Amino acid sequence: MAQSFFGGIHPHDKKAATNKKPIEKLPPPEQVVIPMSLHIGAPCRPCVAVGDQVRVGQVIGEATAFVCAPIHASISGTVTAVEPRPHFNGTNVLSVVIKNDFEETLDPSVRPAEDPDSLTPEELAEIVKNAGVVGLGGATFPTHVKISSGLGKVDTVIINAAECEPYLTSDHRILLEYPEEVIGGAKLLAKIFKVDKVHVGIETNKMNAAELLKRKIEEEHAPVVVDVLHARYPQGAEKQLCQALTGRQVPPGQLPAAIGCAVFSTATAAAIYRAVYKGLPVISRVVTVTGSGVMEPKNLECPVGTPLSDLLNCCGGVSERTYKLIMGGPMMGHAQYSAEVPVGKGTNGVVAFAKDEEKTVKEPTCIRCGKCTSVCPMRLQPLFLYKYERKDMVEALEAANILDCIECGACAYICPGRLHLVHSMRMGKQKVNAAKAAAKRAAEEAAKAAEEKKEG
Amino acid sequence: MTDYKELKLKASTSPHVRTKEDAQAIMLTVIIALLPALAFAVYNFGLRSLTVTLCSMAGCVVFEALYRLIARKHQTVGDCSAAVTGMLLAFVCPVTIPYWTLLIADFFAIVVVKQLYGGIGKNFLNPALAGRAFLFSWASIMSHWAAPGTKAAVWGAVDVVTYPTPMSYLHANDLTGLQAVYDLPAMFTGRIGGCIGEVSSLMILAGFVFLLARKVILPNIPLTYVGTVALLTFLFPRGNDPVEWMLYNIFGGGLLLGAVFMATDYVTSPVSRKGQLIYGVGCGLITVFIRYFGGYNEGVCYSILLMNLVVWLIDKNVRPRRFGVAKTAIFKRKEAGGK
Repeated sequence: MAQSFFGGIHPHDKKAATNKKPIEKLPPPEQVVIPMSLHIGAPCRPCVAVGDQVRVGQVIGEATAFVCAPIHASISGTVTAVEPRPHFNGTNVLSVVIKNDFEETLDPSVRPAEDPDSLTPEELAEIVKNAGVVGLGGATFPTHVKISSGLGKVDTVIINAAECEPYLTSDHRILLEYPEEVIGGAKLLAKIFKVDKVHVGIETNKMNAAELLKRKIEEEHAPVVVDVLHARYPQGAEKQLCQALTGRQVPPGQLPAAIGCAVFSTATAAAIYRAVYKGLPVISRVVTVTGSGVMEPKNLECPVGTPLSDLLNCCGGVSERTYKLIMGGPMMGHAQYSAEVPVGKGTNGVVAFAKDEEKTVKEPTCIRCGKCTSVCPMRLQPLFLYKYERKDMVEALEAANILDCIECGACAYICPGRLHLVHSMRMGKQKVNAAKAAAKRAAEEAAKAAEEKKEG
Repeated sequence: MTDYKELKLKASTSPHVRTKEDAQAIMLTVIIALLPALAFAVYNFGLRSLTVTLCSMAGCVVFEALYRLIARKHQTVGDCSAAVTGMLLAFVCPVTIPYWTLLIADFFAIVVVKQLYGGIGKNFLNPALAGRAFLFSWASIMSHWAAPGTKAAVWGAVDVVTYPTPMSYLHANDLTGLQAVYDLPAMFTGRIGGCIGEVSSLMILAGFVFLLARKVILPNIPLTYVGTVALLTFLFPRGNDPVEWMLYNIFGGGLLLGAVFMATDYVTSPVSRKGQLIYGVGCGLITVFIRYFGGYNEGVCYSILLMNLVVWLIDKNVRPRRFGVAKTAIFKRKEAGGK
């Protein structure tokens, strides 16, 4: 069964702090701040105004484009503001602020589908869309888009339970505590894509969850198989998981659908199940709150839009030496400058560091050891890309396939010279994209000028 | 509860965790891997092996520290790469070498070859080997070999009998003569004449295994290098027995020391795995050419230095195959999850 992907690293997974702790429900927050951009794609348009009463599950942000997913109220209460607020992407984003009335009144729209078993794939995709389901592993790509663009092309559906980021255990706990939801979601996906089997890719550091899933699958005779993979980062990256499970490689610049694969995270599968069988949109999130700065690490379930400070307070607060607050995992998560940013749909973890984990040095130096090349799952040579980026060699960057980089951070993790490789890759990509756009503009203008000349 | 506004939060790019292993850790691992060979050298040539090595290490470290200080650049002796250079440079010298000669080589290696090109990671020649090559200006000193079991005096004029090394027999195509002086077990364990660190193949292989286990080097370069020499000497023997000729060629001279510790130098060897294979074969070819057709007994030092010069070319042209681009049947649609 399990094959392998290229490169990869073995960081200490540090999951022991929370992987045995059951998911706790966070005490209802005073207020939530729900940004109108909780997914990749166009932001939503708010459809509530200050002073409105909202109920749990009510749509507060309408989708404005195809690649977009509606946003729902995660608590009931009064809208106190609709204004730009700090977002975890580092900017200010238009957000709806709701003051909690602690009633938890459900919106009438929250009701299970009447006859779930008779729904067609298109109807299921519509339910998924209206429930605002996006890739909950962190990428937050709208799930209905993935479904509709994959219909007819996909022959392998994969549930991503690799959870290869160190520290994070939210998917692990979901598998242990809500296995029927994950399997239910997998069954729905099998139906949508008309496949006989859905593959669950899970790493060896979660054997208890793998065994539990296998038992449940057997009881239910579900069309699901569990594929156990040796723990290695970045196993859970979409392209790498496809490669590990099927041996197929996604061609450059394309999506897994191009090789007949569709990957959904554990939490996404559970969200699809809830949307269909309970009528629940994506309004809550399981978050692992951990790291050397957190007093009492926990797995918390909280409404989308809860400020990080509420989560940290529930975990006994943080050490005053905390120097880094990361949303997501330590390998690919985003460092936050404020604890007031809200939990998003894709927030699987909050990691606070008080001890030096990143080991930066004043003068990063490449010693040409080539370890970055050995660990790169996309077969790039980060040391050369770094050099080209520093020297603004845009053509060389493109020729060396910098746009293939998935920013997993394996190169920067392993680098003994402590180069800021991921930063360099991001800058390099921007430079290449900017140059491409400029070239395109120039070509268009030249064509236009030539046309005018002809006419004149 | 915590006042979150008081926290001094740093917003930098991912990843936010890194491995503990830095350049210093790697260099210390290399030094540890060289210790068995050093221990054997003390046994074989006396305490002077140790003092010569320590003197060379100190010389390299001091030259690097002084250069960085005078040039007002950030201090780099902490990464221990200068210490490794000093150790390796001593290892490729005869135990009889005067301390002053060694310090000249240290200066050349560290200041001219390494620092003038920008320091660690920037030099294109292996500093230790370039230093050794520079010492051929003092050819008579560099061919003053001590016999195995010599107790070379630590201080004062070195008064030892000059002794032929395996390489001088091999260069004269005198396998029978060599067999009469040293048998194969002696060649392998290192009870032979030669440079300080090169004599004991056994101890160098112990260091090799250690480096592989600690994932400091890949086996690509050492295996292709030694493999090429083995193949060529076996196919074109200059003696009565191809196997014996091959084995004397592998265990004699600096081949193993060069293949394991010099040709694998990160800075001066190719980055890609395929490039490393080409580089190893190139080193092997040149080594045999020099040993067979050159005027000089030993080819390891110059073969590696010559291959150092084409590393940029290999790096530029040998790149890993792009992810997701078919060359063979990797796109053959296998049944999902099955073989």
